[in-house]
Amino acid sequence: MPAQAVTTAKLPGMKPILKIEDLVVEYRTREFGQRVTVAVNRLSLEVFPGEVFGFLGPNGAGKTTTVNVLLGFVPVTRGAAYIFNVNVRDPIARQRIGYLPELTYYYKFLTAEELLRFYARIFRIPRAEIGPRIDEVLKLVGLDTARKRPIKTYSKGMQQRIGLAQALINEPDLLILDEPTSGLDPIGRMNVREMIQRLKSKGKTVFFSSHELGEVETVCDRVAILHQGELKATGRVSDLVEKYKCNLEQAFLKVIGYEPGHE
Amino acid sequence: MNNALSVASIVIKELYRRKDFYVLFVLTAIITLLMGSLHFFNDDRIVRYLKEICLLLIWISALAIAVGTSARQIPAERENRTIFPLLAKPITRGQLIAGKFLGCWLACGLALIVFYFFFGVISVSREHQWAAASFFQALWLHWWMLGVVVAMTLLGSVVFAAPSSNGTICLLIILSILLLGRHLNKVAVQLAEPMSGVVSAVYFAVPHLELFDVRDLVVHNWDPINWLICVGATLYAAAYAIFFLFATWLVFRRQPLV
Repeated sequence: MPAQAVTTAKLPGMKPILKIEDLVVEYRTREFGQRVTVAVNRLSLEVFPGEVFGFLGPNGAGKTTTVNVLLGFVPVTRGAAYIFNVNVRDPIARQRIGYLPELTYYYKFLTAEELLRFYARIFRIPRAEIGPRIDEVLKLVGLDTARKRPIKTYSKGMQQRIGLAQALINEPDLLILDEPTSGLDPIGRMNVREMIQRLKSKGKTVFFSSHELGEVETVCDRVAILHQGELKATGRVSDLVEKYKCNLEQAFLKVIGYEPGHE
Repeated sequence: MNNALSVASIVIKELYRRKDFYVLFVLTAIITLLMGSLHFFNDDRIVRYLKEICLLLIWISALAIAVGTSARQIPAERENRTIFPLLAKPITRGQLIAGKFLGCWLACGLALIVFYFFFGVISVSREHQWAAASFFQALWLHWWMLGVVVAMTLLGSVVFAAPSSNGTICLLIILSILLLGRHLNKVAVQLAEPMSGVVSAVYFAVPHLELFDVRDLVVHNWDPINWLICVGATLYAAAYAIFFLFATWLVFRRQPLV
C-alpha cells in the first residue's frame, strides 16, 4: 500500500537536510537456509531544515534500523540515504549531526568533562573553543555541578542528560534522537521536550523516533508512520489529525490498521 | 590521525584507571623482592637467578596486560553500546581500529617502562653496573613484540564475540609460538608429506615472537646485538602488526553493529 502523503513542509527551492531514497534493508539470519528478513522496504522521505520530524511506528516497524542506516551502522541493501547531500556511507556526513541513542551508555571510567572533551576532539573543534563549549552544554543539561564525577556514579536520568550533552557538543544542525525519553521520569521527559523546543527555536532540525505519541503531537511539525518496514503515512501532525478526525494516537492506530481485539 | 589519537587516549586512561596493571606490578615486585631476600650458599653475587625470575614475571605480566586489554576493546564497545555514539561521529572504523591499537600498544609501552625501571633498580642495586644498550634493546624488542600481540588480539576480537574466548585462544597461540615456534622447521623435516608441508607453511607464516626475546642479554650482561638486526626485527614486527590490523579492518569494516 503506498504511503498516504498528507502535506509536506517543503517550501519552494528548499533542499532537504535528510533524504532517504527507496531504501531497502534486509537482514540474513545466520541459521541454515539463510532466511531473509526485510526490515525496511522501499522507504523514501525527506526532512527539511528547521523541522521537528517524528518517526513513528510500533515495535519492529523498522525505525531503529532506519536510524542505524542514517548513522552508517547498518549497510544498505538497496537505495540510498543522504544527510546534507552527502551519502551516509561517508563519515563526513556525520560532522554536523548529533545523535542520542535509545539506551545511553558511555565510558564509565571517564568524567562528564573528559567524555565531552573526547567527542569534541573527534569533531575537530578548535582547542580554545572546547572548554567554553563543554561549559555551555553541561549548563544546558544541568550537569555542571557533576562534571568532575565519573559517569559510573550517575543516575539513569543523569546518564540520559550526558547523552544529550554529547549530542549537542558540536552544535549540530541535525539532531537524531532515538526514543529520547525512553525510561525517563515525567520531569526528565519534560526536560527533553523543552530541549527539543529550544533547539527548534534556534532553527535546528530534529529527527526523532518515539513511541510517545502525546509527546510527538506536542513537539513535531511533521511525522512519518512506519509499519512492518513500510512507510504508511507522512505529513503534518495537524493534517493527520484533521484527516482522521481524531487525536494522533487514534490516527496512528488507524494508519497501521490496528483494530482493538485483533493482533 | 587526530581521531586515532583521541581513541588511544581513552584506552590509556582506561588502563591506568583499572586495577589490572597495579595488581600485576605489585605481584611482580613482591615476588622479585621476596626472591631477592633469599641467599643461596651465602653468596651475594648470585643475581642472575633473580634477574631471570624478574624478567619472566615481566614477560608474563606484559602478555597478560596486552592480551587482556586488547581482547576486550571492541567487544566491550559493542556490549556497552558505547560504539554507537562514537561511530555516529565523523570517525571511520579504520580510525577506531588504529586508535584501539595505538592505545593498547602505548599503554603496554608505559607499563613496560614501569616494569623495566623496577627491574633496572633491582639489577643495579645488586650488581652496581648497568648494561644500558642491552637493557634498551630488551625493552625495545619486547615492546615491538607486544605490538604484534596487540594487533593479533584485536583481529581475534572482531572474529570471536566473547573477549574471554578470544583472550584464551590468543594466549594459547602466542605461548605456542614462543615455546614451539623455533622448533617447527625441525619437526617438519621429520614428518611425512603432506604434514611436513603444512608444518613448514605454519613455520613460515606465523610471526616468530621468540626472536624478540633477548632477555639473556640483560641477564648475562652480554654486549648488545647488532643494531641493524634490531632494526630488522622492528620492521619484521611492524609488517606483521600492519598485516593483522589490515585483516581486522577488512573483517570489521562491513560488520553490522546491530
